[in-house]
Amino acid sequence: MQRILLFLYRIRSFLLFVLLESLAIWFIVNNNSPQGAVFFNSSNNFIGTILSSKDNFTSYFSLSSANEALVEKNTELLKKLDRFTQPKDSVYLVLDSSLSLQHEFRSALVINNSLHFNQNYLTLNKGSRHGIKAGMGVFNEQGVIGRVKGVSKNFSTVISLLHTDNLISSKVKSSEVFGSTKWDGRNPRQAKLLYVPRHVILSPGDTIVTSGYNAVFPEGILVGRVTEIGQGADTNYLDITLELSTDFSRLNYVYLVENLLKTEMDSLYDASGIIIDE
Amino acid sequence: MSNKYLFNTLTGFFVYLIVQVFLLKNLVLFGTAFCFLHVVFILLLPIETKTTPAMLIAFSLGLGVDIFYDTLGMHTAALVLVAALRSNWIKVLTPRGGYDEDLIPSVLNMGVGWWLSYSLPLLLLYHFLFFYIDNLGTDLYLPVLFKTISSTLFTFLMGMIVQVLFYKRKRGI
Repeated sequence: MQRILLFLYRIRSFLLFVLLESLAIWFIVNNNSPQGAVFFNSSNNFIGTILSSKDNFTSYFSLSSANEALVEKNTELLKKLDRFTQPKDSVYLVLDSSLSLQHEFRSALVINNSLHFNQNYLTLNKGSRHGIKAGMGVFNEQGVIGRVKGVSKNFSTVISLLHTDNLISSKVKSSEVFGSTKWDGRNPRQAKLLYVPRHVILSPGDTIVTSGYNAVFPEGILVGRVTEIGQGADTNYLDITLELSTDFSRLNYVYLVENLLKTEMDSLYDASGIIIDE
Repeated sequence: MSNKYLFNTLTGFFVYLIVQVFLLKNLVLFGTAFCFLHVVFILLLPIETKTTPAMLIAFSLGLGVDIFYDTLGMHTAALVLVAALRSNWIKVLTPRGGYDEDLIPSVLNMGVGWWLSYSLPLLLLYHFLFFYIDNLGTDLYLPVLFKTISSTLFTFLMGMIVQVLFYKRKRGI
């Protein structure tokens, strides 16, 4: 017995090494499972507070460009709103209440961001207290950004589009052909459009937008532009390269969209046994 | 000496952590060369630091960096490995006449040649492990290699500069 104890004592540093490494690996695995716990990351309350006070300083440097972008978005929205304002001399009838409100929008500020790894995440300065929920879509005036992964009381983490496991259901704006946008981990300005069959005719410059088929994004949010079309190694699908419309290196204010009918859609898919990849 | 040692280690820990997550996180050259200066802190622990405390320090430092990078576990795993190999590697590299007591294995104390053969393999190992884990499940082997080599060189250079600027030479050799 004593010998065993002595032996264990002699290899104690190796045992500690094994313990710490397995802890680290457990962290990695846990962090990468889609439903993983989000305690030990930047949406943690303490870390979030530090990051947002840091952002208080650094956000001043990008204020002018942020203002410009906001003004641009505002003018665009005003233009759209103009179409919906009712002339004084007309009567309106609500046709169906279920058609009226499917999406709800919120805004937030990016306080932490990365774009050079293979799995990039963002942190936002709003959390469950402000109505942010896991699974909401995130975009800004340039285009799609990602999907909320986890929320704490005051902060939330977002899986960026620049994450090699994140698929975004999209379509070609002009022809309604659909596919999935996925980042290949090479260049933060480019992504691939997958699952577009070979018979489809595309040309460089075609606009790609979100399809609205999965419950994360509404239809028609900009994703990018086609730059290259190749035949690809896969026999069934084209190899399409997009130039992303979002500049991930300078994100500050973002919008979040919640699909109010998501639970209903999900339970319908569940009941009918369809698996939707997001 | 013990108190001073503890104080130095603690301040070093927080200074390196803060510099890493607030300044160097945004410093990525050409999208490939990262600067993971916190590895240099582990390399610069005093020579007689045992493997056990070194690993514990590495674990907490790695976890701290990971939380801010949102790469939970990746820095930790690589840094613990470096800390585990450190003291054996130092033993292998013992110069004739052995080490002085109470010495920090820096460029100024040990000379450029020794520092090169001490730090370069460990830094290379760290960066390779980190980018390998980051790219698990993809087939980006060449970019991993490229990132590893460029980041190792960048971190090595930054480590040299930091030592020359902020570390003192131990008097009289």
